[in-house]
Amino acid sequence: MTGKTTEKGKTAKSRLTRKNQATMKRILRFIKPYSPFLIVSFVCAAVSVAAQLLVPILCGNSIDYMIGRGQVDFTGIGTIITAIAAATVITALAQWVMAACNNKITFGVSRDLRNASIHKIQKLPLSYLDSHPSGDLVSRVIADVDTFADGLLMGFTQLFTGVLTIIGTLGFMISVNPIVTLVVVCLTPLSLFVANFIARHTYHYFRQQTVVRGNQTAYINEMVEGMKVVQAFGQENQILEKFDELNEELRDTSLKAVFFSSLTNPCTRFVNNLVYAAVGLAGALYAVAGGITVGQLSIFLSYANQYSKPFNEISSVVTELQNAIACADRVFQLLDEEDQTQEKDTILVSDGHVELKNVSFRYVADRPLIEDLSLDVKPGQRIAIVGPTGCGKTTLINLLMRFYDVDGGRIEVAGTDIRDVSRKSLRQNYGMVLQETWLKAGTIRDNIAYGKPDATDEEIIAAAKASHAHSFIKRLPDGYNTMITEDGGNISQGQKQLLCIARVMLCLPPMLILDEATSSIDTRTEIRIQAAFARMMEGRTSFIVAHRLSTIREADVILVMKDGHIIEQGSHDSLMTQNGFYARLYNSQFEETAG
Amino acid sequence: MKYLLKNLKHYKKESILAPLFKMLEALFDLFVPIVVSDIINVGIGNRDNVYIVQRCGILVLLALIGICCSFTAQYFAARASVGYAAMLRHALFAHIQKLRFSEIDTIGTSTLITRMTSDINQVQNGINMVLRLFLRSPFIVFGAMIMAFMINVKVALVFLAAIPVLSVIIFGIMKITSPLYKKIQGKLDGVLGITRENLTGVRVIRAFGKESSEADRFESSNGQLTSMQLHVGHISALMNPLTYVVVNLAIIAILKMGAVQINSGILMSGDVVALVNYMSQILVELVKLANLIVLLSKAMASLHRIQDVLDTEPSMKFNENADTRQPEKTENQGDEAVAFENVSLTYAGAGEESLTGISFCAGRGQTIGVIGGTGSGKSSLVNLIPRFYDATAGEVRVMGRPVQEWKKEELRSNVSVVMQKAQLFTGTIRSNLLWGNQEATDEELWKALETAQAAEFVHAKPLGLDEPVEQGGRNFSGGQKQRLTIARALVRQPDILILDDSASALDFVTDAALRKALAALPGNITVFIVSQRTSSLKHADRILVLDDGQLADQGTHEDLLQRCEVYREIYESQFKKGEMH
Repeated sequence: MTGKTTEKGKTAKSRLTRKNQATMKRILRFIKPYSPFLIVSFVCAAVSVAAQLLVPILCGNSIDYMIGRGQVDFTGIGTIITAIAAATVITALAQWVMAACNNKITFGVSRDLRNASIHKIQKLPLSYLDSHPSGDLVSRVIADVDTFADGLLMGFTQLFTGVLTIIGTLGFMISVNPIVTLVVVCLTPLSLFVANFIARHTYHYFRQQTVVRGNQTAYINEMVEGMKVVQAFGQENQILEKFDELNEELRDTSLKAVFFSSLTNPCTRFVNNLVYAAVGLAGALYAVAGGITVGQLSIFLSYANQYSKPFNEISSVVTELQNAIACADRVFQLLDEEDQTQEKDTILVSDGHVELKNVSFRYVADRPLIEDLSLDVKPGQRIAIVGPTGCGKTTLINLLMRFYDVDGGRIEVAGTDIRDVSRKSLRQNYGMVLQETWLKAGTIRDNIAYGKPDATDEEIIAAAKASHAHSFIKRLPDGYNTMITEDGGNISQGQKQLLCIARVMLCLPPMLILDEATSSIDTRTEIRIQAAFARMMEGRTSFIVAHRLSTIREADVILVMKDGHIIEQGSHDSLMTQNGFYARLYNSQFEETAG
Repeated sequence: MKYLLKNLKHYKKESILAPLFKMLEALFDLFVPIVVSDIINVGIGNRDNVYIVQRCGILVLLALIGICCSFTAQYFAARASVGYAAMLRHALFAHIQKLRFSEIDTIGTSTLITRMTSDINQVQNGINMVLRLFLRSPFIVFGAMIMAFMINVKVALVFLAAIPVLSVIIFGIMKITSPLYKKIQGKLDGVLGITRENLTGVRVIRAFGKESSEADRFESSNGQLTSMQLHVGHISALMNPLTYVVVNLAIIAILKMGAVQINSGILMSGDVVALVNYMSQILVELVKLANLIVLLSKAMASLHRIQDVLDTEPSMKFNENADTRQPEKTENQGDEAVAFENVSLTYAGAGEESLTGISFCAGRGQTIGVIGGTGSGKSSLVNLIPRFYDATAGEVRVMGRPVQEWKKEELRSNVSVVMQKAQLFTGTIRSNLLWGNQEATDEELWKALETAQAAEFVHAKPLGLDEPVEQGGRNFSGGQKQRLTIARALVRQPDILILDDSASALDFVTDAALRKALAALPGNITVFIVSQRTSSLKHADRILVLDDGQLADQGTHEDLLQRCEVYREIYESQFKKGEMH
């Protein structure tokens, strides 16, 4: 390694350490509630290490009592054996208590971290959740916390005892014989050095393996997902040929990576054996010269065997810990995100009157989306919102539900600014069906009753019938008790949408929001659902977003939006007579019929 | 396991040499305590410095031979495991290609992908470790015991007592904990599921004001996970203290008995040192063995999962030998392209029939529309024609021959399907289109693109036909992808073309142009158009109206409008007010 890279590495390392220190402090804050366990754990570690290290010395001493035929001091050996037994029992107890404490701390801390995360997620503004892939957040809550817990546990169990073992061994060895100790101390780092050397040199084989494996996995993904098309076009052989090429490449790179990395253990073992031989040589020669006893030599030999172990362990613990800290950091980043704005406790009592006053809003600072939008919706009116993609239809829904807060102006329900009431009470006044159909893992019954968990079976079935979901539910093997899997793969998109509609039909809140609520449903079923919607919307203020214009003709007011503005406004008939943007949009659907 | 052994024989040499060299290495390890005891007994006993130096030289030599053996073993183990994994991957991939649609549906693509990747890696790891350690550890355990017996039979009896006790502790604890670890994994999956739900469903959760109840649900699930982890943690925490106690008790016994033997002159102190050393070696190896077994059980589970896929026989056999050369047919004879007779279909694992008693006949050169509501069986019906699935009852005929009698390649090249999900593959536009026909000329490709209404945007691409296609075609819009998949199907120049709702992302004008171009195709091509739009099917020679898996009616647009209520409802739902203009 050249001097330059070392230096570079050092500065990067120190920056890392500073950041690590900050993270470490926060980890300690999470550990604090468990400090009694921590103290007990440390005490037990110290006790067990001390007792454990005493055993080889006691064994060695006992051997010195067995000099030869008729020269055995049985009373001496008796005392030592009692001491060994005592040390053993103490060590075992201390080890067990320590492990129990460490488990308690580690699993407790990871539970606390996860709970903190989920509470955080409930409070995060939607702008954060919309802009971060959910897979990334899930991996923070699950995988990162897990890795963190593993690292922490290893750190607790091995780092502290490891350090104590090294210090203790050193102390004991010096107390027995400083010169032979020197041999052990000088040679042991060799094994660390060798392990490091191999790790550095196998690194690039591993990276190569990762790249090739990544390529192959991408290929497998694509082809297995597209297997139906592959078969439909009879491309199996060509695909297999390409796959085999990648497969052979992977085999060759893997062989190198696996082989070279597997050299670490034999090499460190070899170095340890050399150390052992050196200690044997020095010790035996010294013993001949009368410097140490045979028992003491046996102490050194068993220490020499053990001494390198904590070094190897510590070096792997340090990597693990670094990993754990990085993971903890990712979790903390999530916990540090700003909450949505503070909640007011006032409860909203809605009369169905919604008013938007000079509302402006933008997702991205320099890209204004909605500007100076005003709208007065009388109780019980049906408002349909139409317009091309990206015109701000869904954004309007986000604002009405207060998923996002307006940047300028205000939205009032029953004359109250919606920022002055609790989010929960505002949202309870709306029934919402979105294009994106989310169902939770659970039975169909649970899902329909999501907003009203105490609903009776009759109510649930009535809601399902109203949304035309009953007939398909009935045909499922377990009817209303059919489990919906996490990805909802066992029912179709359209069926999911019917369930979402049933879910709202059961609650019947005073206002409704339907955002492309029937986009995955065929038009014939849709017409029927429309009838149910119409009944449901009777006397309720409703907002309907749809791209199928057939679904919105009945609305009291149709808002035509373009680029964040309302460009036309009125009933279907009046807009058609206006012969403007809406009329063009509407007619484009039927152009082909005319021709 | 049987499968493993059967295929591992391709790596017979490696699989034998790896453990063999590993055992050699272990053998040299076993000599070390003996040499040390010689140093103590003879070297120090006789104050013979030269002897001591010689013996230490032997220690170094043993270490050298050990590392050589070990390198050799690692090499062969790596070769065998990596080679075997590559073989397994090939076998699995080739097998997946043979699976039929119904098996792919049942197993699921994501499962197939995990088996191909992480499960096989797990197996590779397992084999590697087994070849390296599985024989070594027991060998050292028993070797150490034998060495002990060679030193002194009486003291060695301690080993005979200690080893079973140690084994019971180690393997007992593992046996208790390993199913519990599986439970922990299950609980963790539960917590993961709730987290994911909370993120994907955040709008609904907030709309229904369920934030706190969701957090409670998470906490209780998380609490269960933690208590399970603690429970298992406490059990496995017993392993170290217990084994430590047993080993130290054994050492005490060795010291005690050794003292008596030394006193009566049978043993020397160096021998006692050697015996104590062997005892420690045994403990280390038993712990290694225990860890190995964890790894091994994981690898075995993966192997079983892979085996499950390999054992899945394709449910459908194609007639590969039959002479399926199409009988030459004159214009007026055999003008039947596709015929269904009383066809029903029930998907594997489904409770209800997806299609019930369908009968119809499509003539050559005709355009057949298929319409119906969500889940009415439109796709199921057309998927029977290229025999993606087999009908559970009734008969499907293509060109007058039952589909079961066709050779796979011939049937599939006669019947070209454009699926609902537009799927392109990494490569270029050209490489994707050539899937239809490897020999197609550029002229033919452009012709297909033109018919599919794709020529214009392909021309506009800087590289034209050589424009790269990213994974899954994600650099094209939905409508572009659909048109490219239609072009790909046209390149085959099939006799029967099926468009399974594959123009849904096209606007009305393009859709109409596409249909016009299809109608103008030369030859007697039969076209099936599945759609939810009546406007797309109006001009079809015949429209099949499906309702709940049954054929509600068939006929031309005008006929159906008059007599078929289902069709009229669909039509009116789309055109009610449009007709008033």
